[in-house]
Amino acid sequence: MSRKTVYGIFDDEEVLLNSVKEIKSNNIDIKEVYTPFPVHGLDKALGLKETRMAIAAFVYGCLGITFAGLMIYNIMIIDWPMNIGGKPNFTFYHNVPSFVPVMFECTVLFAAHLMSITYLIKCGLFPGAKSENPDPRTTDDKFLIEFELEGSTKKIKDLLSKTGASEINEK
Amino acid sequence: MQKEAEIRDPLILGKKSYHDITLDVSKPVEGKANKYWWILFSISFIMFIWGVLSMAYTIGTGIGSWGLNKTVNWAWDITNFVWWIGIGHAGTLISAVLLLFRQKWRMSINRSAEAMTIFGVAQAALFPLIHMGRPWLAYWVFPIPNQFGSLWVNFNSPLLWDVFAISTYFSVSVVFWYIGLIPDFAMLRDRFNEKTAPMKKKLYSFLSFGWSGKAKHWQRFEEVSLVLAGLATPLVFSVHSIVSMDFATSVIPGWHTTIFPPYFVLGALFSGFAMVETLLIIMRKVVNMEAYITIKHIEYMNIIILLTGSLVGTAYITELFMAWYSGVEFEQYAFLNRATGPYWWSYAIMMGCNVLTPQLYWINSIRKSFIATFILSIFVNIGMWFERFVIIVTSLHRDFLPSSWSMFSPSLIDIGIYLGTIGFFFVLFLLYARTFPVIAQAELKTIVKSSGSEYKNKNNE
Repeated sequence: MSRKTVYGIFDDEEVLLNSVKEIKSNNIDIKEVYTPFPVHGLDKALGLKETRMAIAAFVYGCLGITFAGLMIYNIMIIDWPMNIGGKPNFTFYHNVPSFVPVMFECTVLFAAHLMSITYLIKCGLFPGAKSENPDPRTTDDKFLIEFELEGSTKKIKDLLSKTGASEINEK
Repeated sequence: MQKEAEIRDPLILGKKSYHDITLDVSKPVEGKANKYWWILFSISFIMFIWGVLSMAYTIGTGIGSWGLNKTVNWAWDITNFVWWIGIGHAGTLISAVLLLFRQKWRMSINRSAEAMTIFGVAQAALFPLIHMGRPWLAYWVFPIPNQFGSLWVNFNSPLLWDVFAISTYFSVSVVFWYIGLIPDFAMLRDRFNEKTAPMKKKLYSFLSFGWSGKAKHWQRFEEVSLVLAGLATPLVFSVHSIVSMDFATSVIPGWHTTIFPPYFVLGALFSGFAMVETLLIIMRKVVNMEAYITIKHIEYMNIIILLTGSLVGTAYITELFMAWYSGVEFEQYAFLNRATGPYWWSYAIMMGCNVLTPQLYWINSIRKSFIATFILSIFVNIGMWFERFVIIVTSLHRDFLPSSWSMFSPSLIDIGIYLGTIGFFFVLFLLYARTFPVIAQAELKTIVKSSGSEYKNKNNE
């Protein structure tokens, strides 16, 4: 038997959300849900794990501040200590107040950019990547649930029409 | 779905479906530019070319082609730099700080405000670059080892902090903007047909990075937006604080004050919101966004202008008081000279435009009028330019030695460069308005049902 793909298309995010809950309670696997905008509560309804993007940003920020601290220490204290305006750079701790701005900026720089790059890589987004939404209307005003299954599709189709799908397609 | 109080005005006028928003946002991109767009674009482009020629002349001849002299050795260049950086601040405030505070009215305006930030900061960055005199050595501002040119950069200097602050601010703003743009580019991509508009399809496919709107991607998208907002919020305050330290860490009377960082940040937000209003009031007409950029949005921004304008006024008066209270006669003279010296007129413009005119926003009918807002926003733009001019030139033109006292008058090249950056800014903004989704439509669709629903029910709209 070949694998079949079923699409349930919805017009409204609340109907979609109820349908997802209903389908999940019937123990049917949902392959993917495509929506034109973030639907609140959809990730919980689908049972998605919490994203760890914020943790990644924190780690990258720590990396940034460490990098900046070491860079400044090497440049200002080790490699070329200068006496600027009678304020010699021989010790890091005496000079650290004036290093704070650059250390702060580097923290933000690293956290923001590396997190964004992580996000793009994790989502497989890059210039020239092919879009995967099965219906172009899902970036406009339609919400789509995708199923992939073997055997009879009747049960899913019935469930979809019962929970308010405006369109059901099979491929 | 959450319910709103029925007295809360809707942020989107009329009954818009999700599809209506798609149509309205993609219309300027799909359609042809109208006459007004071409007129504005031509004027801006001519100004831009004039600016390019002036900059080329500066680089070829040297900084001597400006109106600077040995006493006033910093004038329009740094004035324009601070002015443009300040304008940039409103975009990040709207998209980051208002996101953290869950202000829904930001959604119709954040995209354009952020575009304004990026284009404004780009103009600002031009000034230090051309002021170097030898812009091909601009890479010397980065920490590169001694054998590559000058010595290591000095991390004790606020000018270097500025390098880090501005480049971080610019690049993080671009990333924040682009992360939000990806789903909207995908919407445009899916509207174009491969056969009828192959170039546009290709372009927006490229720009949208293959976005398809999967549930997991949206979950990450929201978290990334929130964290970027959290990072951009302290960043926006740090940038203008550091810009102000370019002055505050020096020992020039009139600059050497601890009030500068908060005073500059407030001034930046003040001028930034004024520029957002100037741009949006034009844009909502040119690209037909009247239903999304409503008088309610303008009123909220006017309230921020009223608040920051009053705080800036307080800072001016505090400065005067502190000059008197310090008992330092040089400090006292610097401020007395600002108000009554040969540049009294620029001081008067600054006080009039920044302190007095925003107070008109206490009046309900002015606060809720597009025309009055547009006129007052121009006043604020002018006033804030003069604030920087007053701070910079009046502090310098009366040197420590009366024999070296002098005046500053801009050369044609100075004027050309300034107008050129205004032209460049508008060239970029007008191109943006025709090729980008000018409203964050994906985000806006999340509030279209809830915003003002009770209000509309009550008034049978």
